[in-house]
Amino acid sequence: MTPKAPDARLGDRRSADHRPTVFAGARIVDPSRDLDAVGSVIVAEGRILAAGPEVLNQGSPEGWEVVDARAKVIVPGLVDMRVFLGEPGHEHRETFASASRAAAAGGVTTIVTMPDTDPVIDDPALVDFVLRRAREEADVRIHPMAALTKGQEGKETTEFGLLSEAGAVAFTDARHSVASSLVMRRALTYARDFGALIVHHVEDPSLAGAGVATEGEFATRMGLPGIPREAETIMLERDMRLVALTRGRYHASQVSTADSVEILRIAKARGLDVTAAVSINHLSLNELDIGTYRSFLKFSPPLRSEDDRQAMIEGLASGVIDIVVSGHDPQDVETKRHPFAEAADGAVGLETLAAAALRLVHDGRVSWKRMVEALSLRPAERLGLEAGRLSPGARADLAVIDPGMPWLLDKAALASRSKNTPFEDAKFAGRVVRTLVGGRTIHVID
Amino acid sequence: MTSSSMTSAPSNPTPAFPHRHLLGIEGLSQLEILALLDKAEEEVHVSRQVEKKKNVLRGRTQINLFFEASTRTQSSFEIAGKRLGADVMNMSVASSSVKKGETLIDTAATLNAMRPDILVVRHHAAGAVHLLARKVSCSVINAGDGAHEHPTQALLDALTIRRHKGRIEGLTVAICGDIVHSRVARSNILLLNALGARVKLIGPSTLLPSGVDRLGVETFTDMRKGLAGADIVMMLRLQRERMNGSFVPSVREYFHYWGLDQEKLDHAAPDALVMHPGPMNRGVEIDPEVADGPQSLIAEQVEMGVAVRMAVLEALAEHLPNS
Repeated sequence: MTPKAPDARLGDRRSADHRPTVFAGARIVDPSRDLDAVGSVIVAEGRILAAGPEVLNQGSPEGWEVVDARAKVIVPGLVDMRVFLGEPGHEHRETFASASRAAAAGGVTTIVTMPDTDPVIDDPALVDFVLRRAREEADVRIHPMAALTKGQEGKETTEFGLLSEAGAVAFTDARHSVASSLVMRRALTYARDFGALIVHHVEDPSLAGAGVATEGEFATRMGLPGIPREAETIMLERDMRLVALTRGRYHASQVSTADSVEILRIAKARGLDVTAAVSINHLSLNELDIGTYRSFLKFSPPLRSEDDRQAMIEGLASGVIDIVVSGHDPQDVETKRHPFAEAADGAVGLETLAAAALRLVHDGRVSWKRMVEALSLRPAERLGLEAGRLSPGARADLAVIDPGMPWLLDKAALASRSKNTPFEDAKFAGRVVRTLVGGRTIHVID
Repeated sequence: MTSSSMTSAPSNPTPAFPHRHLLGIEGLSQLEILALLDKAEEEVHVSRQVEKKKNVLRGRTQINLFFEASTRTQSSFEIAGKRLGADVMNMSVASSSVKKGETLIDTAATLNAMRPDILVVRHHAAGAVHLLARKVSCSVINAGDGAHEHPTQALLDALTIRRHKGRIEGLTVAICGDIVHSRVARSNILLLNALGARVKLIGPSTLLPSGVDRLGVETFTDMRKGLAGADIVMMLRLQRERMNGSFVPSVREYFHYWGLDQEKLDHAAPDALVMHPGPMNRGVEIDPEVADGPQSLIAEQVEMGVAVRMAVLEALAEHLPNS
């Protein structure tokens, strides 16, 4: 008997195996349906046919491929909305192809790229270039953010209308803050006409100055120039006022201080259309991890105190912080092998995002559902992407996780072209063992 | 085109224009506006004769005091004054005494001592014309003060509309573009509301001033939606310095979303007419095909400008001493 899909919805990837695949006996976490239960996931024609506890009461029809997924967890593919690439301009750091491999290994099925390449993505033709290269080179889905201001100079807004039509999913100056309140006000106002999302790096550049670490005892002992937490909170407070003034759509690309959580809580209570993300680094590490000037742990914003890290975890658990990002930022020896203060910011993170996030789940700090939501559904919703769901009819972008699998991070084994990981030799429990995009397996380990 | 019934004198003789100055549309009653439009209809006939001369301002001195350069408004007032028999003098202050440090009040006092009868004033600062009007003993006409008012532009627009549509009341007028910096828009909003039109404003949010919805208008950022059902489409000029990322990101994006081309115009009423106060930026706020097309009233607006300014000068002349 030839199996027939009861649902006529077609997959978006015709190359996918037409034979339905059943992942049987897995724990399924799908925050879009408030689901966390053991059951089966059926994938056919690139889409989810069914996913839940009672979808296979009658057993699998003959001819279906059945994968034993007992003791595994199946989640929607992760949507990482802060990823830096080297292409175009710095292909030796990362290409669409190498980033795609790294993402697949980490269960990330959608990556949202930052515009600060060379050239900066501030023109519809460049958005088109990114989408075309991504289609040619990447197995995962790639959506670009475009620059918020021309050349990321913080002066003149870009063409939000034409760039949105070309496929830009949001507007950001990536690592740069827009210092001018006037420019930010106009950007938020103008973006409203297109429903565009403004994504902002919240750090007052003049207050941050030449600082490289969080101001306080650690920076003082190490002799490193400090950045007060107020560099972040002043900018975030300002932005909340501007969002209230303009009624724009706003997302803080990374927050890192306890006070920022409070600012966001109040803004949301006032009904402002704001969201915020925290990077996996600021959830996992604190300033003391920098140790003896380890430049792979140099970030913007800098790693904070343990109290701040705890506040990030609580903010994530409560939902005040909406989204978790990897902040994947490939840097090579040329930019990282320098004295701490002179080294570039950033670390790769696509491959370790899920594993590092699972630490917080295992510790009971954040529930599976909340963590998966912050890693997939929320960013997809915020950017208007068709992703982050395992509901019937959804595209079959998913990750199969072995939640207990112990592994040691071997830097040399990273798929990314750059090896600047802050988790060198870290022990993890839990690993993505299979990743599907549009029903097609793009990563698997036995 | 013109219905003669519209131009015939009302059965009751029009009462004298009760104001010494024309500083804005604000403060004018519906009847006063209609009386000016009726008078302007007569002036159209004067201007279309070989002998384009009246003598109601003979012996009078009219000074056009322009603190901001303007070719078309200044020449329109100059012709209007001359057709009424006034001695007209143009002063472009932008380049002279202001740079030498003379204040607006000093300039007013100096000019006042020359005993002009009518001052036509344009100034880049809102309220400057009002300030000047308080310091001189002659009549003052506001030819544009900052982003505040430009009453003769609104009157000429109304005259042009009425000659084509036969009325203002009940029409839907869409004003599109750079509202926030536009004195033309403010005067038109006041006048059109006073005469019972429905006013819609269309533009990017960055060019719509806050609180404008309290002025009796509807606002739209989507031009096609805003144009739906419009009988009149008024385009506004977008200044060059506002095109490159400060208010709108680029000319091409502005034209794509807010430039009037035939496709967007087709969303308005089938017999919609297009206006522009000039000078136009072709290809920025308006497609040349539309500007020169059959629905355009832009050239006629200029002709009506002279007629309206003659009507205003004549109305104010009734208050001049010894008249």
